[in-house]
Amino acid sequence: MSKKVAIFRKEHFNAAHRLFNADWDDKKNTEVFGKCALPNYHGHNYELIVKIVGEPDEETGYVMDLKQLSDLIGEKIIERFDHKNLNLDTEEFKNQNPTAENIAIAIYELLRPHIPKEKDLQIRLYETPRNFVEYPV
Amino acid sequence: MVYLTRIEHFNAAHKLYNPNWSKEKNDEVFGKCANENWHGHNFELYVTIKGDPDPESGFIFDAKKLGGLINEKVIEKLDHRNLNVDVDFMKGKLCSIENLVMGIWKELEPHLPPPVQLHCLKLVETAKIFVEYYGSK
Repeated sequence: MSKKVAIFRKEHFNAAHRLFNADWDDKKNTEVFGKCALPNYHGHNYELIVKIVGEPDEETGYVMDLKQLSDLIGEKIIERFDHKNLNLDTEEFKNQNPTAENIAIAIYELLRPHIPKEKDLQIRLYETPRNFVEYPV
Repeated sequence: MVYLTRIEHFNAAHKLYNPNWSKEKNDEVFGKCANENWHGHNFELYVTIKGDPDPESGFIFDAKKLGGLINEKVIEKLDHRNLNVDVDFMKGKLCSIENLVMGIWKELEPHLPPPVQLHCLKLVETAKIFVEYYGSK
């Protein structure tokens, strides 16, 4: 019988962004993205939940050390995004719309190389208390 | 006397920056909050009014109407905006939540129909930081 367990670590960052497509004119951007397209940016308190699934290690009883996971998220994600303008200050969103969907995918790709291969990784990202996304599904 | 609270929310960008100081001093005092390209939050605004219930309606003030008034007078000016750049009543002020909550009071208070009195504004910036303001009297 599988003894897989899911563990979760919650972190947060505050950032500014706007949603727009540079190939579209202002009218179409407003039509599609509404207030999110306003030119001077707005922002969110992002809540990030990182889920790791695996079998507990026989010697430690851990799927993964949560303190080490927290430090990893801090170093790879929070330092990159916290108190930043996602459109202007980050490599990931220079040419990509910083929607919650794309941020979740970017976070997954930044973390995946640092999580042991045999463990599954899933990202849940809250943009507001009412809007959240998950990747991968 | 009964107190009634209505909660509304807005998402906005801002930065903490004193234009009379050097960049170094701003970084020293405001830290990451001074990032020149802004950052942002999901703000929650708690509006508490006080009064005696009307004998015919049982209301201090119709909570739905209060929500409409807060949206019309305050949220529409703030939501998905850059607080430093886009908001008329924050022009020339440091964009701390202390100053913001006092600005919101001035915008909202004159529109409450007597005998309804504004008692308290609570403005939540993050899960860990909020301010309360009870007016200048």
